Amino acid sequence: MSRFSKTLMALMVAAAATSFVTPAAAFDRYQGVGRPATAAEVKAWDIDVRPDFVGLPTGKGTVDQGVELWETHCASCHGAFGESNEVFTPLVGGTTLDDIKTGHVKSLVTGSSPQRTTLMKVPTVATLFDYIQRAMPWTAPKSLKPDETYAILAYLLNLADVVPADYELSDQNIREVQERMPNRNGMTTDHGMWPGAPLAKGGLGNGGKPDTKNVACMKDCKKEVQIVSFLPDYAQDAHGNLAEQNRPVGQTRGKQTGEPSAAAGGGTQTAAAAALALAGEKGCMACHGVANKIVGPGYNEILAKYKGQADIETKLIAKLKAGGQGVWGAVPMPPQGHVKDEELKQLVQWILEGAKAQ
Amino acid sequence: MANSEFRLGRIQPAPENFLTDEQIQSVKEGRRDFLRKAFLGASAAMMAPAVARAAGEGDPAILNLPSWTTSLGLPVATHPYGLPSKYERGLVRRESPGLTRVGGSSVSFTPLQGLFGIVTPSGLHFERHHQGWHDIDPSQHRLMINGMVKTNSVFTMDDLMRLPSVSRIHFIECGANTGMEWGNVAVPTVQYSHGMLSCSEFTGVPLKAILDMCGADYKKGRFILAEGADGSSMTRTIPMEMVESGEVLVAYGMNGEMLRPENGYPLRLVVPGVQGVSWVKWLRRIEVGDKPWGAKDEAVHYIDLMPDGQHRQYSSVQECKSVITTPSGGQILLDKGFYNVSGMAWSGRGKITRVDVSTDGGINWRQARLETPVLSKAVTRFNIDWVWDGKPAILQSRAVDDTGFVQPGYGQLRAARGTKSIYHNNAIQSWKVVESGEVSNVQVL
Repeated sequence: MSRFSKTLMALMVAAAATSFVTPAAAFDRYQGVGRPATAAEVKAWDIDVRPDFVGLPTGKGTVDQGVELWETHCASCHGAFGESNEVFTPLVGGTTLDDIKTGHVKSLVTGSSPQRTTLMKVPTVATLFDYIQRAMPWTAPKSLKPDETYAILAYLLNLADVVPADYELSDQNIREVQERMPNRNGMTTDHGMWPGAPLAKGGLGNGGKPDTKNVACMKDCKKEVQIVSFLPDYAQDAHGNLAEQNRPVGQTRGKQTGEPSAAAGGGTQTAAAAALALAGEKGCMACHGVANKIVGPGYNEILAKYKGQADIETKLIAKLKAGGQGVWGAVPMPPQGHVKDEELKQLVQWILEGAKAQ
Repeated sequence: MANSEFRLGRIQPAPENFLTDEQIQSVKEGRRDFLRKAFLGASAAMMAPAVARAAGEGDPAILNLPSWTTSLGLPVATHPYGLPSKYERGLVRRESPGLTRVGGSSVSFTPLQGLFGIVTPSGLHFERHHQGWHDIDPSQHRLMINGMVKTNSVFTMDDLMRLPSVSRIHFIECGANTGMEWGNVAVPTVQYSHGMLSCSEFTGVPLKAILDMCGADYKKGRFILAEGADGSSMTRTIPMEMVESGEVLVAYGMNGEMLRPENGYPLRLVVPGVQGVSWVKWLRRIEVGDKPWGAKDEAVHYIDLMPDGQHRQYSSVQECKSVITTPSGGQILLDKGFYNVSGMAWSGRGKITRVDVSTDGGINWRQARLETPVLSKAVTRFNIDWVWDGKPAILQSRAVDDTGFVQPGYGQLRAARGTKSIYHNNAIQSWKVVESGEVSNVQVL
């Protein structure tokens, strides 16, 4: 958020309002290049919220309001309780009331949590506000109003027991919430990987001192070579056929780790393959499997349900555009505004033809 | 060939005379028995090594003139924008299955196993997007400078491309490159173990020049925030010292053309030596401030977990690292004999001064040749001769940079940071070669 003083801002706006005349000195060297930004322009883009809450918009929202917003905007990816591991790593879990007291998440040491959740890591509540405001929801970033962001954040924090169920989070009390963040004391900058000035000179870290000290030994550097890890047999083909990922000439060849694929044999892409690729590209496959339910129904289930119905193509396209909830359970499907009409048509036709891979 | 009789001024007779009787016999018998086993099931045309089959009249590839020698080729501009040969189609960016679950927030890896020299072809530059990529209309793109500056300012691409420009070659490596390997071997080839690495010539304007124009408060404003124009509007904090050094660029060019959309078209930040996440793509805003921002990618991701449960925050520099790209995991050596062991070395702190290579798992080392150019914070190509005797071997490379830092082994790295760190794994890579010629990924102590 801008640190620009209000007086200077007003002066600049006045200058900008008359014409985009370059103010003295600043632009002298490269005349005619660039112009002052208007106050409205800065406001439109300068949305960051720093850990010290510089840039935090005023507003408020309750946990209850957050529940409803969460169902609509967040649950399809993150699960109703922020616990889902289907699309992204879980947001919530692995923190305790004791962690809230100490500010250190113990499961990071013990390894007792199967996943490192967001709430286990994030030290600063402002980071969560900033990120939700700038990047969420996934397919419609920056569409949340400040009060909605407060409410969603309140619900998320409630899921981790940072705030009680009847809490109203606001710009007035968010500093108190910071004092309950489970991993607020969990960060260190005592390392050599900050590329600027060290802490002692107003920067961060130890000034670039590395934490490993190998030496360039050339002869008889160790007695024996101990192989401590290798790729197990079952994982040999997990990355496809390596023969097709190497050049067909040269000093080596790639190892055959599977059947030669049709794609490697050339030929043009079929309509089905193109639609499958599109479904991947547009994020459909994150929630729908070809033959299985993930968050939403599998394409096979959709086909089975609607097959033969009149005008089903148009209806399904409308459903994709508007989003929906209820037909397949409580988790709503958000509106797919990022997919073009002709692409929606291509996807629906593909589903209705059995969602084939080739 | 070494034993063949060769007299100056005499036309070489039938190809049989190129080879001794012994050599002809060995070709007839198929001396590459191990190879045949290794290639079982492979299609002969794709997989069989191009042995010059000189038995009989000679090599059919010579004796029977191919179609390209006996017909008319394609006209100019058949491909207005040229493409690689169809025989190179295996060398493409690929995802690592299971690594992520959403393509819009994922990674595709550069096929290092097939690249030469130091420059990554633009179409093979690795991808990391946080919320998908867009092809932005450059006439609608803006760069805003605000915060602790005299004049909050706006620049169009027209403005930026008018300013004095520089072109510099630098590597860019994701902080999570080799991250899957922190605890144990997880992937088969160098594409997946090290392929979040690319190196390009970037063209743009030093950010310092732009901040000067805006009257940045260099006394109080010791940090900048860089922000993208994509949905994620990804943000990272960068020290003002790096900007002041003149090395941080606001870049629009890559390898002689504009940036590719996947790499930030029309504008990205170039922060040499620092992990890729700080090279903000689709750059829309730079703010000057007096404290770091603790952005999502500085407080939830791109933080390094230490054994005591603390995370290292704002860890940004990519320390000295190297890897042998051929022979490498998932490849097969065709035969005993001579090989050119080739690889890449780089350091976020400066120039590579030396690379050593071991073929016995790190007991003994030999110094490799560094190929020119050797540039600061750029990939340096190294090569070294190796005669494979057909016995098991373990290939390793170890780079040294001009600060004197020596690339660590896994034992040293884990002693310092444990096994759960994810980011900034610069350990010495080992490739095991077995009698069949197969090369695989291993970790050694």
